[in-house]
Amino acid sequence: MKRGLSVPHRKWMGAVSVCEKWLYGNSFPVDGGNFDDAGRVSGRIKTILKEMGIENDVVRMAAVITYESEINIVSYARHGMISLHVLPEHVEIEAVDEGPGISDIRLAMQQGWSTATDKIREMGFGAGMGLNNIRNFSDIFHISSDVGSGTRLKMIIHILREQDR
Amino acid sequence: MLLREVQKILDAEVLVGAEKLDMEVHTAFGADLMSDVLAFADSGCLLLTGLTNPQVIRTADVLDIAAIILVRGKKPPPETLRAAADKNIPVLSTKYILFESAGRLYEKGIVGSAQKVDGRRVRL
Repeated sequence: MKRGLSVPHRKWMGAVSVCEKWLYGNSFPVDGGNFDDAGRVSGRIKTILKEMGIENDVVRMAAVITYESEINIVSYARHGMISLHVLPEHVEIEAVDEGPGISDIRLAMQQGWSTATDKIREMGFGAGMGLNNIRNFSDIFHISSDVGSGTRLKMIIHILREQDR
Repeated sequence: MLLREVQKILDAEVLVGAEKLDMEVHTAFGADLMSDVLAFADSGCLLLTGLTNPQVIRTADVLDIAAIILVRGKKPPPETLRAAADKNIPVLSTKYILFESAGRLYEKGIVGSAQKVDGRRVRL
């Protein structure tokens, strides 16, 4: 699996910017602490991708990534935004939150490491698997975080597979 | 195997989706940790779990899981049943424990959605 961006790196431009290569672009807000709502955005993103005729395993990867991202935002942040951009060759998902941030990303990426509360664990999450799942279901994964300000994840899923290139 | 046969084997009560018992199922995954379900369950499989909150339904919906079997006699709260009805996902409840449920289904031909886990399992 090739690592590093295979497309020209474009800076994150926020919800309202326009790129002519996009087949689809939108951002969806996620409220911190609203456990009842977790899964709403991933459900929408899954529907959008399916309706666009994107192949099933790409839809599944995108759905898992956005669902785990939503759970993270709901569990730890004050507010967040998940954006979806579909280009001819890949799907880009970004999850940006305003929250406490992660002081040690290497530790946070370790399987089993978690700061989850009982509430999160009751929902069947918080076992230190979320970021790993997000990374494993992405072709390209970037994470950055500022303590006291928030965390940003960027994931890319290739639509064209290696054998199609 | 039909979901109807699964219900019989597990002596299960149908809580949601009585009209979908003629659906075919071939694979299953069992866990209480939804992150593991997201990582290893397949679309179209049965989900055996002891977790009963609405996140189980959302997880099943994300993966297009065929039906949910609640083990250890668990009865879900109303909001879980409402979510299942909304998403049209059958929910059955069995008094068998997870191990027994899995064993009884395996014996009759249902196999795991994955046999082993080798770290990165995507792009089947």
